[in-house]
Formats: sequence, C-alpha cells, structure tokens
Amino acid sequence: MSPNVRVKTLKIDGKDVSAREDQTILSVARENDIFIPTLCQMDGLTSVGACRLCLVEIKGSAKLQAACVTEVQEGMEVVTDSERLHSYRKMLIELLFVARNHICSVCVSNGHCELQSLAQRLGITHIHFPFRYPKLAVDLSHDRFGMDNNRCIRCGRCVRVCDEIEGAHTWDLMGRGDASQIVCDLNQPWGSSETCTSCGKCVHVCPTGALFEKGKSSSEMSKRQEFLPYLTLMRGDHNE
Amino acid sequence: MRRLGYKPHALIEALHTVQETFGYIDEDALKYLSRALRIPLSQVYGVATFYHYFSMKPQGKHTCVVCMGTACYIKGTGQILNNLENAYSIKAGETTPDGGLSLLTARCLGACGIAPAVVLDGVVIGHADPAHFNARVEEKLKQ
Repeated sequence: MSPNVRVKTLKIDGKDVSAREDQTILSVARENDIFIPTLCQMDGLTSVGACRLCLVEIKGSAKLQAACVTEVQEGMEVVTDSERLHSYRKMLIELLFVARNHICSVCVSNGHCELQSLAQRLGITHIHFPFRYPKLAVDLSHDRFGMDNNRCIRCGRCVRVCDEIEGAHTWDLMGRGDASQIVCDLNQPWGSSETCTSCGKCVHVCPTGALFEKGKSSSEMSKRQEFLPYLTLMRGDHNE
Repeated sequence: MRRLGYKPHALIEALHTVQETFGYIDEDALKYLSRALRIPLSQVYGVATFYHYFSMKPQGKHTCVVCMGTACYIKGTGQILNNLENAYSIKAGETTPDGGLSLLTARCLGACGIAPAVVLDGVVIGHADPAHFNARVEEKLKQ
C-alpha cells in the first residue's frame, strides 16, 4: 500500500467500516465478514460485473450497483441484503439454471459447484421459469480436459484467467445475448488449438462443470483455485 | 490497416474493410487480422460474431433483408419472410444452395413510415405487398 492512500469511511448494512479509497464495496464487505454472493468475480482477476449477483443498494441512488466494480465513497450507505435484492438474486440464479442444462445429479461437478452451493445458500427450492435445454456440443478433443457448453454460465472467468494470468487468450466469448458461448480460438475443437498451453487454469477457475478434467468422477472433480492468489501475489501487479 | 496504424483497436475498422471487400469474413481473414493487429484469435472471432453486420459465410448473388421492426412486422413482413422461406427452402440468415439468394433480417431499418420495408440488393422497397413480393424476388433472381 502506498503511503498516501486515503481512507474512506462508510456504512455497510448499518455497520461502520473503513476502507482504502481504491477498494470496491465487495472487498470491504468481505474483509468485514459481510456475505455478498458472486459468481463471475474472482480474487486475482479483473472484475467485470457480469453475473450481477453482487448487486447492492446504495442510499440516495435508485439504481442497484454491482459491488465488485463499484469503488467506495465517503459516507456511502450500502445495503447488501434486502427483500428486493434477495428476490432478484434468486431470480438470476433461477434464470442461469433454466438457460442451459444444470441437472446436478448427472454433472461431474456435483458437490463442488459454485452455482449449486449458491443456490442452496440462497434457499432456492423451485425454478419458476420453463427450462430451455438447448442442445449444445460437448468438446472432448483435448487430451486432458473437456468442455461442456451446456453447463456454462458464461461468467468469463476462464477467458480472463487465460488472458490475464496465462497470457494465451485461447478462450473468448462469441455471439451475443443468450446465443453467446465460450469459444476456443476460431471456434475450433479444443484439442486442435495452437494457442492453448494445456495449463488447466481455466478448468480450475470454472465455477461449474463446464470445464472439467477427463477421467475424474464427480467426487474427485474438486477445483483447486489456490494458485490464483499466489500467482497474482508473486507477480505483484495490477490486481489486489 | 496501415492507415489505422496496426493498432489493436483498429480491429472493428479492419473487419469492416474485409466485409466490404470480400462480402464476408473467412477464417484466413480472421487469422490474418489476428496476426497483423496482434489480437488473440478467439477475441477476433468473438468480435466478428458479436456484430450482426459481419458475416462469416459467403453471401448469395442477391440479398434480401426483411425488416422485423414492430411497424413492419405488423404490416406484414412476417408473412413476407415466411413466404420467402417456404419458396426457397431456406431460413432467415441462410443462403440458397446455388448461392443465388441470401435471406437476412434486420431489427429495424428506421424506415417505419414506409412499412412494410424490405431491402432487395441494397435498394429499400417500401410498402411491400406480401402477396406479390415473391414474384418480385423471382424477377430479381432472373436478372
């Protein structure tokens, strides 16, 4: 921390907290053990505010703000959990469930899935929207890893880790809206990619079973994400 | 690209140039752009597929863009599109197997005053008559 970083004081859920001026609401909340659900955010990667689960209310503003990309301001009063936010978050998770195929019982990440555990934590018992089940291809062309678009929630973590940490940028998102999906290079089979270094970082940052290691049963397919804070610490650059 | 200084942010401009020159953007063009502008392949692909303007497949000799804006739809472009799809056995966004006709849709042409509007080979046709439009396209194809 540089010596001339200023400290801001604000209120989160009625609790007085202090923060560095360059901190986001999310990181301050985490430091103070205040839970805000997230899926696309990951320490060590740039935050993009894609999943919208970390939306919070800020007093004096009618709009909800994504806590992962909103920096703190002096005197801010933030509400991280309200009836309204809770219903929105549940709706968002439900929409993620219906957009693709998220049937946990036949998923390799069953029990290690961030989408699943978040749904449990938010108390989702029923889905109030019709399921869509688009038939999407599964890419098993890579020697060690597989990619199942049907499980993807398009959080973009794999895209960011591949670009920012590994530096290969093999993954990206194609298309737009509901038709968007993760593509490898020129939408080619993963195994034929010339840019992929087979480092497996994308697999381990994936919150669901969209990217997985081949030949692992669901009890073995836990994701190891400790490498990410370590790598960013050792490189000591852009992210906190 | 030289004009744009080989900067990565020139990607969209460059894609426009490729689209306008060749009528579509093929894999070689994407690879070339990726190298020349030093942008990852997947990112080039992502940008090219994000914008409806860019087409990844060769277009037919003739193109027909049917406006699907609210005004045009109510006035009958839905029927025009249906008729064309049935007549040439293609869906919107596809090209006939002989490469004669590409059928496309637009969200709104901004010409709601002359609804229903269709663009046939770059010429905007206002007040298109759903009953006789197929014949008009057929005539164009014969030229």
